[in-house]
Amino acid sequence: MNEVQTVSGLLLAGILFVLGLVGVLIRRNIIFMLVSVEIMLNAAGLAFIVAGSKWAEPDGQVMFIFILTMAASEVSVGLALILQIYHQLKTLDGDAANKMRG
Amino acid sequence: MQITFYIAGAIAVLSTMMVITRFNIIHALLYLVVSFLALATVFFILGAPFAAALEIIIYAGAIVVLIIFVIMMLNLKAEAVDEEKRWLTPQVWIGPAILSIILLGELIYIISSMETTGSIAQMVDAKAVGKSLYGEYILGVELSGMLLMAGIVGAYHLGRQKKKVIHRFLEDVEE
Repeated sequence: MNEVQTVSGLLLAGILFVLGLVGVLIRRNIIFMLVSVEIMLNAAGLAFIVAGSKWAEPDGQVMFIFILTMAASEVSVGLALILQIYHQLKTLDGDAANKMRG
Repeated sequence: MQITFYIAGAIAVLSTMMVITRFNIIHALLYLVVSFLALATVFFILGAPFAAALEIIIYAGAIVVLIIFVIMMLNLKAEAVDEEKRWLTPQVWIGPAILSIILLGELIYIISSMETTGSIAQMVDAKAVGKSLYGEYILGVELSGMLLMAGIVGAYHLGRQKKKVIHRFLEDVEE
């Protein structure tokens, strides 16, 4: 029973990760791309939780807390970059920022 | 217990699909909150109540509110939705979608053909997590503190509006 749950938990993590990947690939709005990266990080955290639950060890949750910390600092820096891009280019199109001009 | 796990997982997958296909970003964020709540339920069923609480407080609370604040600062208008509709055409997304589906099928095959040994599901409470976090993982906690500090400094530095400062003697020369 628990084995089934472990397998389906890992499957759920894989599906969510691929959905986040699809989001990054198909959207051109940079806010949507950031949200999709958040989804991918969340799926990675789910995989850690599933592994920690399988062996009933707290290590999985500890790794989840580290992923959470990284996601929080990543989203703050990412949103600051989005604000800066919006002020420079007046658009949220990710393709508009494909040229480096000093 | 088993059926709740599958229902919560299905809700998480469906709402995440809605997130990546919405045109209006606020609607997408609402679906994102639903997805985080469903994942918190999954964490609770898997015996990680502390992680479930953190998922709701930090992801569904802090991070989503941060994104909403930035959207409010950007002051987007109604034509942004039409622009999104124009950008998300089938010839743009069909290729990556097919490739990702193949990748997903591969992943499903690998995980379901994996040999696993069963063990009894057991609740890992916040006390055990705290003991582990401040015992063997204390170095990681300190490094996370440094990472958050770097995040604060980086967000402040990048988010600052650059003001053009010209000395009053030089202003006349430029004009």
